[in-house]
Amino acid sequence: MEITEDTIKHVAVLSRLEFDESKIGKFTEEMGSIINMANQLSEVDTEGVAETVQVVDRDTVFREDKPEHWQSRSELMANVPDKANGFIKVPVIINKDEDE
Amino acid sequence: MNYLKENIDSLNKKLANGELTADQLAQDTVNNIQETDKKLNAWITVKDEVKPGSDLDFAKSKLAGIPIAIKDNIITNGVKTTAASKILGNYMPVYDATVITKLKQARATFVGKTNMDEFAMGSSTEHSYFGVTHNPWNLAKVPGGSSGGSAVAVASGQVVAALGSDTGGSIRQPAAFNGIFGIKPTYGRVSRWGLIAFASSLDQIGVMSKRVKDSAEVLNVIAGSDDHDSTTSEREVPDFTKFIGQDVKGLRVAVPKEYMSEGVDSGVREVVQQQIDLLKENGAIINEVSLPLTKYVVPTYYIIASSEASSNLQRYDGIRYGYRAKDTKNLLDVYVKSRSEGFGPEVQRRIILGSFALSAGSYDKFFRQAAKVRTLICDEFDKVFAENDVVVGPTTTTPAFDIGSEISDPIKMYNNDILTISANLAGIPAASVPAGLVDGMPVGFQIMAKRFDEGSIFRTADFVERANKFYKQTPSGMED
Repeated sequence: MEITEDTIKHVAVLSRLEFDESKIGKFTEEMGSIINMANQLSEVDTEGVAETVQVVDRDTVFREDKPEHWQSRSELMANVPDKANGFIKVPVIINKDEDE
Repeated sequence: MNYLKENIDSLNKKLANGELTADQLAQDTVNNIQETDKKLNAWITVKDEVKPGSDLDFAKSKLAGIPIAIKDNIITNGVKTTAASKILGNYMPVYDATVITKLKQARATFVGKTNMDEFAMGSSTEHSYFGVTHNPWNLAKVPGGSSGGSAVAVASGQVVAALGSDTGGSIRQPAAFNGIFGIKPTYGRVSRWGLIAFASSLDQIGVMSKRVKDSAEVLNVIAGSDDHDSTTSEREVPDFTKFIGQDVKGLRVAVPKEYMSEGVDSGVREVVQQQIDLLKENGAIINEVSLPLTKYVVPTYYIIASSEASSNLQRYDGIRYGYRAKDTKNLLDVYVKSRSEGFGPEVQRRIILGSFALSAGSYDKFFRQAAKVRTLICDEFDKVFAENDVVVGPTTTTPAFDIGSEISDPIKMYNNDILTISANLAGIPAASVPAGLVDGMPVGFQIMAKRFDEGSIFRTADFVERANKFYKQTPSGMED
């Protein structure tokens, strides 16, 4: 599988990341060599082998669904980077101009 | 206070008989860190004032009043926790990780948070938003990673013990590079609740200390099941200090031939062989074994770890906590700019790799195949442990490398972890104990055991420690 700049740009969109145009070439090259290393895995015969989901055998863990004391609203809001009137502030999601 | 000649027992004794007070010990520790850290940069946060209190029961808890360093990806209530990332640069947690709660119950003292590779991704502690940490044995060398700050804090005598986290060798490799002991317990032995997630099926909190017994003391406190982490085991936690002081007669020791191959530095191999010979001379049974899948552990690990990382790190969106970019046009722009400006290059590399491995068209070829190879790696270890108590070999292929020498070559950096990764993939406990020096730099002897048999690791490591007395050596980079 060949890794091109377009592949990286596509995955970057999925990952909510963007890269400087000047760095994308080097980054694509690095990713290419990492993917090339990962390609070695196809040499291993895994016919009939189950995927590892959990290394330590455990059954599903249940607990009672009861409320517990948690942090107060003000404690939780303390880390919010942008807020107003006790709410989290985000940019406008619906563009008014486009609506009209 | 410098801890190079101390251990938890000696400090506990001094605190109990009044030779030291916990307040004085805490302040001396802070003063020493502030002084010595100018050249080491092992800490991200050092508290100005620490008050352990006067009501400590030194008979009840060995850790009472003992300062312990905490890696900065372990959540601490009211103390900045950054994971060495700009994206969490000002993050102030409002709760404690379970390991912190348990250490608080044991009345340990917290003086601050140690430097690391960003989000625990790296093998050198060069990938920190807060600068590079230096190896106390030679300041021009890396301390290893990602728990490099914790390793240096112990190796330089700033603290007696530290918590680290190990996803692919992040406790053992820096322990080896700094000439200290470091143990990654069995997956599920210690709660991960409050550990900032990197790769959830591989991450494990563990302990680093100069002396083997000190790690046993700390592990006794932090191990055990936790309602907040459904992957923790309900198995009984033994007293790990009971395995200290035993002999190795009859211990069945497997040496994988792949771990002693040409790919390992000849000086490192020589030091490791000396330890194997020593075990044999003292009655251990040495069996050469083969782990042929070792050549595939690096790609298996990088696919699984990066895939889990890309999923875990999606929560950093600049909305509820962490860094938010300025001058954004719309919501998508907040996500993209905050993540692109907030994550460092190595983290971005792994998010891209993980998203790629999980994307349609790649999932079967990469993620599913890696998860299957992982099963085969587990099987390979299970077979060896059916006939052996421990698997031993070098922790790393070389001693610590020069700062800046590998950072631009990800493949070279990733291959550093070839000998440590298997233990994370298989979920088995593993440790590194110092075994000697090569060209003035420490070499680690790695010991792995079957799941939940940390006891065999403590038994073997303590024997190696008593035989070599490496702890008597002082890091040469710390001499003025």
